[in-house]
Amino acid sequence: MAIDGLPGGNGASGSAREYLVFALGPDEYAIDILKVQEIRVYERPSALANAPAFVKGVVNLRGSIVPIVDLRIKFGAGAAEYTPFTVVVMLSVGRRLVGAVVDGVSDVVPLRAEDIVPAPEFAAGLGTRYIDGLAEAGERMLIVVDIEGLMLSAEMQLVDAAPRSGPDAALPAERTA
Amino acid sequence: MTIDISQFFQVFYEETEEHLAAMESLLLALDIARPDAGQLNAIFRAAHSIKGSAGTFGFKDLAEVTHVLEHLLDRIRRGELLLREDMIDAFLAAGDLLKVLLAAHKGQGEAPVGAADAMCARLSALSAPQAPPEEEAYGFFEPQPEAPAGEEEAYGFFDEPPVSPGPPSPTAAVQPPAGEASIRVGVAKVDEMINLVGELVITQAMLVEAATGLDPVRHERLLDGLAQFERNTRNLQEAVMSIRMMPMATVFSRFPRVVRELSQKLGKRVELRTSGDDTELDKGLIERIVDPLTHLVRNSLDHGIESAAERRAAGKPEAGVITMKAFHQGGNVVIEVGDDGAGLSRPRILAKARERGLPADDRMTDAEVWQLIFEPGFSTAEKVTEISGRGVGMDVVKQNIGALGGRVEIQSAAGSGTCTVVRLPLTLAIIDGMSVAAGPETYVAPLGYVIESLQPEPEMVERRSGAGTLVLVREERLPMVALHEVFGVPDAVTAPEQAIVVVVESDGVRAALLVDAVGGQQPFVVKSLEANYRKVAGISGATIMGDGRVALILDVPALVRMACSALPAAA
Repeated sequence: MAIDGLPGGNGASGSAREYLVFALGPDEYAIDILKVQEIRVYERPSALANAPAFVKGVVNLRGSIVPIVDLRIKFGAGAAEYTPFTVVVMLSVGRRLVGAVVDGVSDVVPLRAEDIVPAPEFAAGLGTRYIDGLAEAGERMLIVVDIEGLMLSAEMQLVDAAPRSGPDAALPAERTA
Repeated sequence: MTIDISQFFQVFYEETEEHLAAMESLLLALDIARPDAGQLNAIFRAAHSIKGSAGTFGFKDLAEVTHVLEHLLDRIRRGELLLREDMIDAFLAAGDLLKVLLAAHKGQGEAPVGAADAMCARLSALSAPQAPPEEEAYGFFEPQPEAPAGEEEAYGFFDEPPVSPGPPSPTAAVQPPAGEASIRVGVAKVDEMINLVGELVITQAMLVEAATGLDPVRHERLLDGLAQFERNTRNLQEAVMSIRMMPMATVFSRFPRVVRELSQKLGKRVELRTSGDDTELDKGLIERIVDPLTHLVRNSLDHGIESAAERRAAGKPEAGVITMKAFHQGGNVVIEVGDDGAGLSRPRILAKARERGLPADDRMTDAEVWQLIFEPGFSTAEKVTEISGRGVGMDVVKQNIGALGGRVEIQSAAGSGTCTVVRLPLTLAIIDGMSVAAGPETYVAPLGYVIESLQPEPEMVERRSGAGTLVLVREERLPMVALHEVFGVPDAVTAPEQAIVVVVESDGVRAALLVDAVGGQQPFVVKSLEANYRKVAGISGATIMGDGRVALILDVPALVRMACSALPAAA
């Protein structure tokens, strides 16, 4: 995707890692770019029954069935409208794929560990449990999020609480040699 | 230089398992009175190969047992000892022990203490009075002077860690399905390939859809190309799917052993005949069909086949026959397990059903009566035996086969035997389905459950206050479940008279699914929803439609249960 070839490689600023910056309402969030598989335009997913409102449904990502969560709904930030400019950040967390709808993706910034300072207790936003800290990037204040922890948390309701069993375990994709 | 030998353990485990399986089937096929020299040699080579590689890898217990086994086999094949029935038993037991020991080395279970020594002693005793001294059991590194060239190869494989797994070893070639050159590939790789081809099929369908509006004269070459592409894609898909296919022989080969041991235990003479060994079935199905088939074979042996005396009295040959047959029929694989025993007893099943409070009626057809034995806990056996009669069995068989998308039927005639017919889909990766719409959403109903679909007339619909809706279809009141309600779909047709009901059946219970419209029937590639999400009630999986969108596959048995639970009175 377009992320390739952006400046700020690992060698340039020592131990800096790259973070993708996206907007949710008034705030800007930064997530580890290695968790980002690609960025796509939003397409209407197929609805899932008995799912929370922020789980919009599932889409086909090159043969995988991937759930789409609208972080704007989940965290009450921004109007959840779907336009041709609405973007989905496809994340690879754990061994799973999940798409996150955000207000917009702005850029990629390199951050070193010492750039990230512990965040004060938040009242709103993504919830402090999955916030690694705050980072300044020029004029902007970025909230650094542990996106993997967040997406796999019980709160997101994307993962079965108990290990799965039963007939579905036979689907070819899940069988091991 | 040291080489990390552990990387070859996996190859050793797999090869040893193959050798053991080959050895077992060869042992069972041996004619004790006139053993075939070729078969004896093959058994010897299997034992020899295991011994060689077990020694190389330092699995002392495996090597010790196979050494004694090999020694005995060697004397038999050279005619120094006569093959006896008890030797076969001991060899089979040794094979079982080797499997246990192997599993223990793999970290699965524990090796019984002293079992290896006990087995060595048992085997040595068979070759008495010229039993080899005990110490010799450790001498497995001694060269084998009479070993033919082929065995050295099996040895050498492990002496120099090879770059590639190499050709199958000579003993593996003894098994009927092998013979051609083959390579060992991980299932994950094959599944990845199946996924990619599934993608290609969807892309191809999208291209065809995109090209539908084109002027066939001006775009002749493009359309010809697309048609060619479609054929190639289909052929490629079939070829790739066939990689997962395995012959039924891999299942059937276990049963001579089962029949042999059970018939000995029961004191019955039983012959097993198999046909259609080369009928192919998806690997995933093969693995899960063994247990249900074992149940059926045990049932036939224990309940079906009569004692020799009874058979003589009935004018039948003393030896009973159990037949296992596999063949393709339409898109299904049919596996039959039959016996020439006494057949099911209609009065006894009916009596037992009444005793258990099941709906039983003398006017029931035979087929309906036979279905009763699939009820949980149902057994007509007069005494509980070790083999069967505890009343667990047929309901589990039916459940297991149902979980594989298959069906079980019973045919039986008093005095001439029973035949259980199992129908399975060819693969779990593709289902035949019918697309149905509810509001803006599309779902897929597996065709195996669908009976018919129709638009109900107003007088067919019966609403019950607080207890759901019934639909009267062909004199039968069916509980109705509306898809849009179950899945919370907006903008769906809510009045049954303007919608379509799809009549489905699961476990002999029918229900009506209310949908907006039904679409075409076609094969769908089954995808897992749980790979990236969690289980959803009423949904068994997902598939990708021709336009690239996801459609969820309905879990019809769950929906039928929902329909029935809403209507306790009608269930």
